[in-house]
Amino acid sequence: MSTVPQVGEQLPGRTIHVDRATLVRYAGASGDFNQIHWDEATATAVGLPNVIAHGMWTMGASVQVVVDWLGDAGRVSDYSVRFSAPVPVPHDAGADVRVEASVKSVDEQAGTATIALTATVDGTAVLSRAVATVTLA
Amino acid sequence: MAVNPQVEGRTYPPTDPYVVSRAKIAEFAAAVGARDTAHTDVAEAGRRGYADVVAPPTYAIGISQSAEAAAILDPDADIDYSRVVHGEQKFIHHRPLVAGDEVVAQTTIARVRAAGGHSMVTLETQITTTGGDLTTTATSLLVIRGEGDA
Repeated sequence: MSTVPQVGEQLPGRTIHVDRATLVRYAGASGDFNQIHWDEATATAVGLPNVIAHGMWTMGASVQVVVDWLGDAGRVSDYSVRFSAPVPVPHDAGADVRVEASVKSVDEQAGTATIALTATVDGTAVLSRAVATVTLA
Repeated sequence: MAVNPQVEGRTYPPTDPYVVSRAKIAEFAAAVGARDTAHTDVAEAGRRGYADVVAPPTYAIGISQSAEAAAILDPDADIDYSRVVHGEQKFIHHRPLVAGDEVVAQTTIARVRAAGGHSMVTLETQITTTGGDLTTTATSLLVIRGEGDA
């Protein structure tokens, strides 16, 4: 991406599959070993429908749509989300997170753009107010 | 029990130094499905002007949460960790973390408020190199669910 993006421009979206192995891998990489992310008995005992993905996994996986478009992870200068719903991850089927993103604003003077993201599972928003600010090349 | 509003503004001691490593960046990048070669290819990172491989945008969460523990475990704050839900997260990268960075993190309780029977605690964590450069500001909103809400 070398030209200045246009407000409203859609970034290529991505459907990200998550299963229990994804969560175990993320637990190890992040150091978050909370059992609700890998043990179904623990998750259901605290009232969850199933094992749920780490919110931070969803946040980290979703921003890859922005990184792929931008071409440089180091130019994501600011990134924020609200965790609006959990992502249940059943033993057999796992879950698919659909991530879409579009250019919300461009500041040519500052050489930055803001990107609005959505992340949904079966039509339910799992992230809201997800916004990344990027430095343009 | 509601979170004690008196702890608003309290800053906790910094963490011990943490060294960002190439191996941990590669492991984290794989775990979130990151495909940018700057996470794993030192030469490519160098071509883009980085001192070493670049950490993914949410890599700092482990560092910031280790600092947040001091606030969450402060007995004066009265935070019931079994009722904590991670509500929001924000990172401001003053520059990207790269392998070889040695950093410390320090958390401040920026805000405590009550809303709808819950307590909302905003934690702001500054991640700074041991050389004194601010790299990252991580802000977490924790929701501590009220007793009436299973």
